Amino acid sequence: MSTTTQSRIGETFARLKSEGRTALMPYHTAGFPTLAMSKEIIRALGDAGAEMVEIGVPFSDPIADGPSVQATSQIALDNGTRLPDCIQLVRELRAEGITAPFLLMGYYNPILKYGIERYVADSAEAGVDGFIVPDLSAEEADTLRQECIKHGRDLIFMVAPTSTERRLSIAAERGSGFLYCVSVKGVTGAREKMSDSLGEYIERVRSYTDLPLAIGFGISKPEHVNQVGEIADGAIVGAALINALNAVPDEEKPAAAQAFIRYLKGEALM
Amino acid sequence: MPPSCIPEHSAQEQLTLSHEQRVYQATAELPNANGYFGRFGGQFAPETLMPAISELIEAYQEARKDPAFQAEIDRLATYYVGRPTPLYEATRFATEAGGGNGPRIFLKREDLAHTGAHKINNALGQALLAKRMGKNRIIAETGAGQHGVATATACALLGLKCIVYMGEVDIHRQSLNVFRMRLLGAEVVSVTSGSKTLKDAINEAIRDWVTNVDDTFYIFGTVAGMHPYPMIVRDFQSVIGREAKAQFAEQVGGLPDMIVACVGGGSNAMGLFYDFIPEKDVEIVGVEAGGHGLEGTKHAATLVKGDEGVLHGSWSYILQDDNGQIIETHSISAGLDYPGVGPELSWMKDSGRATFAAITDEEALEGFKLLCRTEGIIPALESSHAIAYAAKHTRHLGPDASVVVNLSGRGDKDMHTVAEALGVEL
Repeated sequence: MSTTTQSRIGETFARLKSEGRTALMPYHTAGFPTLAMSKEIIRALGDAGAEMVEIGVPFSDPIADGPSVQATSQIALDNGTRLPDCIQLVRELRAEGITAPFLLMGYYNPILKYGIERYVADSAEAGVDGFIVPDLSAEEADTLRQECIKHGRDLIFMVAPTSTERRLSIAAERGSGFLYCVSVKGVTGAREKMSDSLGEYIERVRSYTDLPLAIGFGISKPEHVNQVGEIADGAIVGAALINALNAVPDEEKPAAAQAFIRYLKGEALM
Repeated sequence: MPPSCIPEHSAQEQLTLSHEQRVYQATAELPNANGYFGRFGGQFAPETLMPAISELIEAYQEARKDPAFQAEIDRLATYYVGRPTPLYEATRFATEAGGGNGPRIFLKREDLAHTGAHKINNALGQALLAKRMGKNRIIAETGAGQHGVATATACALLGLKCIVYMGEVDIHRQSLNVFRMRLLGAEVVSVTSGSKTLKDAINEAIRDWVTNVDDTFYIFGTVAGMHPYPMIVRDFQSVIGREAKAQFAEQVGGLPDMIVACVGGGSNAMGLFYDFIPEKDVEIVGVEAGGHGLEGTKHAATLVKGDEGVLHGSWSYILQDDNGQIIETHSISAGLDYPGVGPELSWMKDSGRATFAAITDEEALEGFKLLCRTEGIIPALESSHAIAYAAKHTRHLGPDASVVVNLSGRGDKDMHTVAEALGVEL
C-alpha cells in the first residue's frame, strides 16, 4: 500500500505537485483553548488556505511533544476534551462543507482504550483521512494498519534523521499517504533555523519511497516553508502556530490563526 | 564467592514448552527478541529513539558476554556497594506479627547497600554500560529520589555528567534526597508538567533523550519502559534474588515458602523474584500501594486495580480513566506513586506465577513502626508495604514456614513524611 492516490490525502498531494506547490499543513490541538474555539480555529486555518489540517488528540503523557504542544494538551484535558470529542469535531467540520484532508494525531493509549477498530471506523465515518500515532512504531502498528486499509484511510509513519536504513524501508513499505519527516532530533517546538543537513536527509528518505514527504518540527517562518518546498511536498507547522495563538486573547485566536497561515504562505506580514 | 551480578541466559527453545513449563522456566526465556513477556512489553517509542534503543540492545548484549564488564560490576558490587547484603532473620518482628504462630521472617537487607537502597545495583550497571558506549552525559528520572541518588552516586564515581528529572511535588516531599543529589554533583531539574510526579519526570527524561540522543545515556530506574529497559534493569537487580536464594539455603536449607516485595515500577520486586520464578514451590507476592484505599483513585495499585494499556513505551497494566488518559496516583511513598508497572510483572500476574495485593498508607505506617520498634530497623516507606503485608497476611503459613521480604531501602529519607503522617512537628 505504498501509494494511495485514491485517498483524499494522496489526491491533494498529487494536485499540489502538478501545480508546483507545497502543502501547508498546520497542527492544532482539539480543545485548545476550548472545544468550540478549536473548531473555529481549524475552520480559519482552512479558510486561510491550509491544504491539510492535523488535529491533535489531547493526552496526559505526550512524550514526543515540547512545552508548547504539551501545554495545549493539558488545557484541552482540563476543559474535558477527550478522543470522542475530537472525532465529533471532525464530523461537525465536515458537516459545514470543509473538504481539506484531516489527520488525527494522537498517542496510542487513548486509541487502545477506545478500541482500534472502532477508532478507525468512527473516525473514517466522521471524515478523518489519516492517522498519526507518535509513539507507535511501524513494527507495533499491524492492527491499526489493517483497519486503515479496510477503511481506505492512511496511516502515516514518522521518520527521523536518526532512522536507519532498515527503519526507513519499513516506514516506506508500511506507511501510506505521506511520510512524516521529523526535521530534527528532538520534540515538537518552533526553532529559529532549519537544520543545514535537511536536504541530505530528505534525499536519503526519498531514495526509499515514492510517497510524498512532509517535514515537521521546528517550522516557524515563511523562509522555512520555502526551504521545505524546495525539497519536500509538505510543511507541517505546530508549535509556531500555537505560539502565535498564545500571543492574543481567546476571541482573537481564529483571526490570528488565519493571519499566521497567510504569513507562512508569504501573503501577509506578521 | 557471592553470586555474580549478571544472570546467565540460556537460549532454549520455548515453543515446545507447555504453559506450566513456560511459566516456571521463563527465567531463561523472556523477553523474546521484540521485548515481549507474553503479550506485555514491546517498544512503543517515538521514531527518533528507535535507533538509540537498538544501539542500547546491541551494546548490552555485547557487554553481558564480556568477562571484563562482568568482573568490573562484581568488583564494584563487592567493594563499593557492599554486596552481598545480609539475609537477616527478624525474630522479634515475626513473633510480634505472628503472635507466636506465624512463619519465620527473613529480611533481605538492601537497605544496607551503599546509598541506602537497591537502586544502586542498576544505576551502577547502567552507568558502566554508558561509559563503555562512550556516552558521557547521563540523564535519569526519580520519584522518591533513591534512583536519582543512586545515579548521581554512580556518575560521581565514574566521572559522568548527571542530570536528574524530578517532579515538583516529589522535590518537595523528598527534599533531603534533592540535597544529596546536588552534593553528589548532579543537576536536579524540576518537572512542572502533568501531575508533577514520577510519570512526568519520565516523560521529561524521554524528551531529553529524544533531543540529545547522540551523547546521552538514559539510566532508567525501574523494570518498566520500552524494551530493553525491563530486561536490563531486571538483570542488574537480579543479584538480590540470587544472593537471597543462596543465603537462605545456607542459613535454613532449601527454599523459602514465600517471597514478598513492594511493587511501584517493580525493580526491587523483579530483582528478588527473578531467580525464584522456576521454583514452583515458592509463592511470589508483590505488594502495591493501596494509598487511601482501593475504592477511589487515591492509590497506585496498578496490577490489583488497573487494566492493560501503553505507557512509557511498553504494553502493561496501567491506571487509566475510561478515555485512556493516565490517572494521577497516590501513595504515601513517592517511590510507589506510579500509574504503570513493569511488563514482566504484568506477565507474572496473568500467567499466575505471582499474586499481587495492596497495602494502604495507614497499614504501611503500622508496618513501618512495628519494624522500628521490634528490630531497630527503620525501613523506607516503600519497603514498609512489603513489611506490612508480611506482618498481616502470612500467619496462615504457620511456624514451620519461612518468608523472605525484600527490605529494599532505608527510611531516613522518609522522616519528614512519617512525622507529618503521625502528626509530629519536627
